[in-house]
Amino acid sequence: MPYSEQILEHYNNPRNVGSFDAKDPFIGTGLVGAPECGDVMRLQIRVNPETGIIEDAKFKTFGCGSAIASSSLATEWLKGKTVEEAMEIKNTEIVEELALPPVKVHCSVLAEDAIRAAIKNYQEKSGLTAEVRDETLVLA
Amino acid sequence: MLKLPVYLDNNSTTRTDPRVVEAMLPFFTDHYGNASSRNHPFGWEAEAAVDEAREQIAALIGATAKEIIFTSGATESNNLALKGVAAMYRKKGNHIITVATEHKCVLDSSKRLERDGYSVTYLPVDADGRVSAEQVRAAITDKTILVSVMMANNEIGTIQPIAAIGKVCKEKGVLFHTDAVQAAGKIKIDVIAMGIDLLSLSAHKMYGPKGIGCLYVRKKDPRVRLEPIIDGGGHERGMRSGTLPVPMIVGFGKAAEISRLEFDEEVARTFRLREKLRKGIMEALPETYLNGHPTERLPGSANISFAYVEGEGLMMGIKDVAVSSGSACTSASLEPSYVLRALGVGDELAHSSIRFGVGRFNTEEEIDFVTKLVVKEVSRLREMSPLYEMAQAGIDLKSIAWAAH
Repeated sequence: MPYSEQILEHYNNPRNVGSFDAKDPFIGTGLVGAPECGDVMRLQIRVNPETGIIEDAKFKTFGCGSAIASSSLATEWLKGKTVEEAMEIKNTEIVEELALPPVKVHCSVLAEDAIRAAIKNYQEKSGLTAEVRDETLVLA
Repeated sequence: MLKLPVYLDNNSTTRTDPRVVEAMLPFFTDHYGNASSRNHPFGWEAEAAVDEAREQIAALIGATAKEIIFTSGATESNNLALKGVAAMYRKKGNHIITVATEHKCVLDSSKRLERDGYSVTYLPVDADGRVSAEQVRAAITDKTILVSVMMANNEIGTIQPIAAIGKVCKEKGVLFHTDAVQAAGKIKIDVIAMGIDLLSLSAHKMYGPKGIGCLYVRKKDPRVRLEPIIDGGGHERGMRSGTLPVPMIVGFGKAAEISRLEFDEEVARTFRLREKLRKGIMEALPETYLNGHPTERLPGSANISFAYVEGEGLMMGIKDVAVSSGSACTSASLEPSYVLRALGVGDELAHSSIRFGVGRFNTEEEIDFVTKLVVKEVSRLREMSPLYEMAQAGIDLKSIAWAAH
């Protein structure tokens, strides 16, 4: 199957590959997919608790080129968005931007799932660790 | 100079040998007669060329020329062997034995026969992809009419103990068919010594043209009979009607002759290059696994799983190399390879598998290039893989509750 220029660009020069410390209270981690299905994405966001803006994002992906490109694109789009705006990212926008063929649409769905999972994780953590966060703010 | 892309998918198809093409060409424009035309020189020349090709092919497998039935390829040969025997020997029995890792054309022909009231046993294989003669013996019943076991597997290159299985079939009086498509020119074949009654070949897997194959049908001890699946002018002893494609047959014959005459040298060279590739990759990269039997395997074949890296993703990284993957993403069914599954290879490692097939035209320089590229890309993709990071951190990936999707 021929790949689009956009997929190849992200595959060859993936943006924001890496990891944040998942224990950090301002980091949200989403791990979706399964090795036996051939795709696993881990997407992480670092949120500024005062502004609610996603200041940084990183990913690591086990999967085909389209899965790698979808997660790379997702990290690019997440940066600078508020958590609420990030929730609005739709898999169809990823499909369009990367010109994913129909058999690869599931890669974009997985990327959307990873975004939501990372945000959910951040929200749960920030709720649970509100005290820690407040202390951090006072110290700052 | 290295010419890209490098072709390492020789189990899928092969480049037609230029000597084969040269032999074929006059039969398009000069000697274009119909081999069935008995009354003019055009027909005679065509028939003589077909007869010579039959001899060349028969010589490769230890058969006689009259036992070679031309078909459109091995898919047709395998269909004809299974369905033709099943229909002809229906009164004798309705049981067929085959193996879980056979080519789809054998498995799907078997499934059709099951729908038509036959009973089929699909023997399981061991972790190396092998079935034993004892398994075949234990599966034979008084209703068994045919055993079909491939000589060597297309995905993993594992070679089956054909002579031992042939011996069991002879003892039990059951016909024995083997799909020898991958084996021809790579393993010495002797239909008599191996007790083979029917054998399928395809020209394009042995540097001949696509669209031509044959079925060897034994003529004595026993004389095997078949119900044809294509009716018509009664060509090929009535087993396969249709005007013979003379240029293709000439090419097939030439390809068989080259394979026979250059056998020792070619097996030694492809084996050396494959081992260089396999060792170069596996010694440089930890957690890589060779799928299939370590020694009982085709000289040019290496099917390797790269843990933590997905096969299709890797193929994109090594786009200057033509290979195949057992990854679901590369198959129409979106299922990982059923052959690797039959070996008990986990789905995650099946997704991570790449099949390398070294052939006649590969060079040392190509092997060095591919080795370096694969090592570089697997390393790059592992750095990008969350599974690799987790494994490095000592997390047991099996302990995680993955959400299958």
